[in-house]
Amino acid sequence: MSLKFLRNVVLKALGLFVAFNLVFAVLPPMEGRRWSLYQGVLPGRERLPFGETPQRSYNLSLYDLDAMMASLRLANGHKPADEFRVVLIGDSATWGTLLRPQETLAGQLDAVGLQLPDGRQVRFYNLGYPTMSLTKDLMILDAAMAYEPDLVIWLVTLESLPGDKQLESPLAQNNAQRVQRFVRMYDLPLSAPPMPTFWQRTWVGQRRALADRLRLQLYGVMWAATGIDQDYPETFTPAARNLEADASFHQWTGPSLPEEAMFYEAFKAGKQIAGNVPLLVVNEPILVSKGQNSEVRYNFYYPRWAYDDYRQQLEEKMNEIGLPYLDAWNVVPEAEFTNSAVHLSPRGVKQFAEVMQAWLWDWMLANE
Amino acid sequence: MTLMHILVFGAVALVARLFLREIGRGWLLLAGSVLAMYWMQPAMPLREMDFWLPTVTLALTVFSWVLITPETVRQERKQWVTGGVLAALVLGVALTRYLGATGVLTATRPPQTGAVLMGLALVVGIAWLLGRFTRPAGRVLTVAVVTLIGLFVVLKWPLLTVWFSAGLRWLSGQAVERATALDVRWLGFSYVAFRLIHTLRDRQNGRLPTVSLQEYINYVLFFPAFSAGPIDRLERFLKDLRALLGDVAEDLGMGGKRLVVGLFKKFVIADSLALFALGPQNVGQVTGTGWQWVLVYAYALQIFFDFSGYTDIAIGLGRWLGIRLPENFNAPYLKPNLTQFWNNWHMTLTQWFRAYFFNPLTRSLRTARKPLPATVVILLTQVGTMVLIGLWHGIGWNFVLWGLWHGLGLFVQNRWTEWMRPRMAWLEARPRIAAGGRVLATVLTFHYVALGWVWFALPTPTDSLTVLLRLVGG
Repeated sequence: MSLKFLRNVVLKALGLFVAFNLVFAVLPPMEGRRWSLYQGVLPGRERLPFGETPQRSYNLSLYDLDAMMASLRLANGHKPADEFRVVLIGDSATWGTLLRPQETLAGQLDAVGLQLPDGRQVRFYNLGYPTMSLTKDLMILDAAMAYEPDLVIWLVTLESLPGDKQLESPLAQNNAQRVQRFVRMYDLPLSAPPMPTFWQRTWVGQRRALADRLRLQLYGVMWAATGIDQDYPETFTPAARNLEADASFHQWTGPSLPEEAMFYEAFKAGKQIAGNVPLLVVNEPILVSKGQNSEVRYNFYYPRWAYDDYRQQLEEKMNEIGLPYLDAWNVVPEAEFTNSAVHLSPRGVKQFAEVMQAWLWDWMLANE
Repeated sequence: MTLMHILVFGAVALVARLFLREIGRGWLLLAGSVLAMYWMQPAMPLREMDFWLPTVTLALTVFSWVLITPETVRQERKQWVTGGVLAALVLGVALTRYLGATGVLTATRPPQTGAVLMGLALVVGIAWLLGRFTRPAGRVLTVAVVTLIGLFVVLKWPLLTVWFSAGLRWLSGQAVERATALDVRWLGFSYVAFRLIHTLRDRQNGRLPTVSLQEYINYVLFFPAFSAGPIDRLERFLKDLRALLGDVAEDLGMGGKRLVVGLFKKFVIADSLALFALGPQNVGQVTGTGWQWVLVYAYALQIFFDFSGYTDIAIGLGRWLGIRLPENFNAPYLKPNLTQFWNNWHMTLTQWFRAYFFNPLTRSLRTARKPLPATVVILLTQVGTMVLIGLWHGIGWNFVLWGLWHGLGLFVQNRWTEWMRPRMAWLEARPRIAAGGRVLATVLTFHYVALGWVWFALPTPTDSLTVLLRLVGG
């Protein structure tokens, strides 16, 4: 071995490293690369990966939607012929904060074991994700269509609608290409986040995304071994019942909600994305407080004037667009909310699921 | 050692090797090791202890050198120069307090200069008293060894560590009632203590070469091996330190290879396995026997790749600096019996215990007035050594049981080997059966070691028993 030999080794390694990075940057982006240990080596997850304390929840938050979808039970092979596939998209209430997978809305609806008159088994899949943004929901809906749903149920709440909330979700911020595509295809009134630079597309620039993808596979072992995919604290701070005497919602103070500032265009886009697959919209339950200043606000999120106006607007919009709609805003009593004005206890979810089940059954029979 | 530490150490070693070569090598190692010791020491809830604990490590090293070195050598001018350089380095680290509100080299802001000067004066005073009133004789050296072991026990026994922390809190004016065993994180003390005890014991036995203060500091605090070994022997280390540097390309090439392999083992394989390895948190959560085995295997592999990765990194960095540190691991999981496993797992630690505990104990039991039967001697020495190695990791029942597990395993394997000895000729005449037997023995040995980790990885024997029962479907 000589210094010249070592120098050549180092230079060649550097050259290969640079070349690899350049090739990586010019190849099509991460979107579409679907390798995963789930389904093959590991059982699929019941809901999308999300977690801020990976070592306790055996789960993590990442932004690679393809990797996230590929980790789900939903992605396990082809859809069975005897399955009627229903996917639920929404926020943390649908995902199931503080709830075990079987306690979530999808879990409880699935446990009922609905069967259609034609013999197909109705299976519910949880595609909720814990941030409030309809743009994020559109991204998930778009990804879900690859898994051949027969029905999509989109659970929404007012907090997901304001325009300024749309790109706040890290999932939207870190998927500029997808968002730009939606903006272009569906003429959405959004200023999409900037596209990743050349440097960000290199292997070095993508190191976080690649490491997250790898960690998602590794935490899958603990998911498989324990069935845990969330950190369940022994105690939590309950959602506020006594409220501030503040009638504002975001920057608005009433008396009506500015329709143009709400992202109702998302529903039109959602309908287009779903294509022939029926899309049902549900206004999810909220905490209706009876505490201090409850005559001003329903809960921490919503002043009464804004929420009442939103319900009216949403119903009108759904009729206008032609989307079946269920307003379930007050079907769950105050006591069944946990650490947020939209998070339900298992019993609260059960009550909501019963309402949903009856509505769905009617809809399915009517549309068979 | 974090990745950042390793990168900086690598850069320093590379520059030193390529551009400085032998020029000021001893001084560079000394300065590098002392500064690295302060830099690597993590922050603690105890005020300014991230400065004082490395300073105490340095002081203990100086005191040990004073005790093992004849007066004529101690009085040489170069030793005073080294002492002065050490004091200047400590003072230099302390003066970084004026460079910012937070620590620059240390984790937090160093103490006030006056306190540091007083501390240095105290160290010089103790070193002078040790040199003035003691001779490198058996009794003083024994006291020094016992003191180091005592300090070790305090750090490894949670009950005593809490008291120690409370004492330090009282000294620094912090709330004594908030003391916990986790307060004291004295980086590198275990390995430093091993090296110091080795030199003190070898001085007692008259086997230690004379060594300058600079060389001694470089041996004890050598930064690539400071926090995780290997535990080199002084005379071997000196051979490399005093020799001219070898072929630079050979050293850089071989060292670089070890460094890259070590980084991959530690930061890719071990850290990945750590995400699902057996641990106190997941012990009660796992459902299913199969997955329980996966977690145990993951732990067995994680601990190997973690530790051997660090060893590779240390050996690689050492090689760049012209020091060939001893090997610590040699495919231990591929050995066909427990004795061979222990001859190839953390080899420098087992050699240390063999030299300073196992062999002396065996000699003492065999030469006792009423010698015990050989079988009993083997049982006592093997179980005793392994329990002691267990206790080195921490004083608790889990480590005692882990030591017992291996001690008894070694004893049973020893008896089995004795039983097999007359039958070996028959076996060797049948190579296929012998080869099959070796594979089976390797698999059995690996599983015995892997199951032993269940005692090691979990904090209570109850947890370990639960896991062991679950592994067999219980």
